[in-house]
Amino acid sequence: MRLIAELFEGLWIALDAIRANKLRSALTTLGIVVGIVTVSLMAAAIDGLNQAFIKSISAIGADVVFIEKFPWFNEEPWWKVRNRNDITQAHARALAKQSQHAEAVAAVTFSRRAVRYGDAIATSVTIVGTTEQGAIVDGLNLTEGRFLAAAEVEGARPVCVLGADVAANFFPYESPLGKRVRISDSTFEVVGVLTRRGTFLAMESLDNQVFIPITRFNQVVSWRPNVTIRVKVKDMKKIPEAREEFRGIMRKLRNVAPGDADDFAINEQQAFINMFHRVGGVIAAVGLFITGLSLFVGGIGIMNIMFVSVAERTKEIGLRKALGAKPRAILLQFLLEAALICLLGGLIGLGLAWGAAAGAASVLPMRISPMVVGLALGVSLVTGVIAGFLPAWRAAKMDPVEALRVE
Amino acid sequence: MSLIRLTDITRHYDMGAETVHALRGVSLSIDRGEYVALMGPSGSGKSTMMNMLGCLDTPSSGRYELNGTDVSEMDDNELAEVRNREIGFIFQSFNLLPRATALRNVELPMVYAGVPADERHERAMAALTQVGLAERVGHKPNELSGGQRQRVAVARALVNKPSILLADEPTGNLDSKTGKEILALFNELSAKGNTIIVVTHEEAVARHARRMVRILDGLIASDEVLVKD
Repeated sequence: MRLIAELFEGLWIALDAIRANKLRSALTTLGIVVGIVTVSLMAAAIDGLNQAFIKSISAIGADVVFIEKFPWFNEEPWWKVRNRNDITQAHARALAKQSQHAEAVAAVTFSRRAVRYGDAIATSVTIVGTTEQGAIVDGLNLTEGRFLAAAEVEGARPVCVLGADVAANFFPYESPLGKRVRISDSTFEVVGVLTRRGTFLAMESLDNQVFIPITRFNQVVSWRPNVTIRVKVKDMKKIPEAREEFRGIMRKLRNVAPGDADDFAINEQQAFINMFHRVGGVIAAVGLFITGLSLFVGGIGIMNIMFVSVAERTKEIGLRKALGAKPRAILLQFLLEAALICLLGGLIGLGLAWGAAAGAASVLPMRISPMVVGLALGVSLVTGVIAGFLPAWRAAKMDPVEALRVE
Repeated sequence: MSLIRLTDITRHYDMGAETVHALRGVSLSIDRGEYVALMGPSGSGKSTMMNMLGCLDTPSSGRYELNGTDVSEMDDNELAEVRNREIGFIFQSFNLLPRATALRNVELPMVYAGVPADERHERAMAALTQVGLAERVGHKPNELSGGQRQRVAVARALVNKPSILLADEPTGNLDSKTGKEILALFNELSAKGNTIIVVTHEEAVARHARRMVRILDGLIASDEVLVKD
């Protein structure tokens, strides 16, 4: 009960002190404002990047593993791995036949080519050679038509499925189904159109693509290229077991002698995320440390002004003690004042940061999440309490006789 | 039993090389309901005496019993509590919070006693009414006259129902007419049974009390009961 009364009294005094010294409080809190703006913008940028990354990366699919010649994040010296043999479609077919864990298997390869329709031309479209299960593995949905059929892959038929952008560019007013587009001087009949998929890592458009049978790809785009085997796993919880199974099958297919290292890599989304978190963590730590420095400077300003405030109100402190204020109550009063000034700065800083983040949203994916708000307010509060402690302690320990004597 | 019992109180301050002896062995008893003036010129030790009686300071040696408890060995927290409960201070320069209303100023000691807000309000109103300021509870100190400010201070001193009202030169900052009004108020409070100790260097002020203790060079020089006409 007494603590609550003291708390309210402290709050009242703190508000009154800030009201009485508006300009001084505003100037003092400026350091905190700057600190909080930088800290929360930094946190918002990191958060925004994380969100954008996770959204992008989910396009890969958490339950899909990629069997490739090289690992995504290579830790071996390049000269040890460069002579590896290509991964082939035969591997993919054999894997699909032998695996218990695979739900769908696709052999995928791609290349950039120009695509023509009549007089219109789209340069640098990603031509994806894939198999009939590619739609399942990549989680593709169609707005029109159908995906490539097994027979079409088997027979290397000249058919294609268009990405949303390609379809929209060539056929703004009509259905593309049944139309013929040209890729590398070869004609393909459109059998399907994909729904919009967005971009990968905010750079690579996933809609500027055309899917064709990989067998056809071999004939007109690139002769027997190295492929990626994409495998959708039946049970996400069993990815480690699935990896082991795929590894065994691949070793057998590629005649790797027992004791020799794998001459292929099994990649998955998690590796990407791990890498990003490692890099992102370092960036975040360095960034927050640097922005934290500005907050530190702001905190020193608060401490300074709190010493002034204590000195100015020496007589008041003496009076309060004479009337029965315990050291605790005086400590609380000045801590609250410092914390309140800082919290005010934190709120202003957060407002400015929010505005800045909204303004920069088109360039940089920033996000002022509840976490950032909590962080900013928490940090400003803690700064206030730390910076205010020494002055408040001095006030609390003051001798009432001495304090009352001051004029 | 005495309300206040001082036994061989000394107080010295170390000022660098030399030691200042402010009190050299004071023994004094004051009963409940007494109206005592502590008289003495500046430098006599009467301020130290007041700080001691008000539990703002503790003696270097000796024993101070207030209301049956020994306060000479208490720490800061215990002393704060004793001041809050037992002592009502009235200062020469009023010492009101300039930005707070009369009502809030009077509520202050109850804040530190942990009295709930509505009871605080009620009691502060009653105390201000008692000193004749019921009409001016919402005014800030700079909107009040000197006499009114000291009345607010008296109300503040009374509001926690302390054992002692301790006034330090209560008329020092007032003109003689308002000074007399305040002293009349003290007489009134004394008649109602309050224990009052007034510290002053003015004989005329001290004459209003019913007992006068003169302090000189850190010792009690005389202790006499004043005969009222």
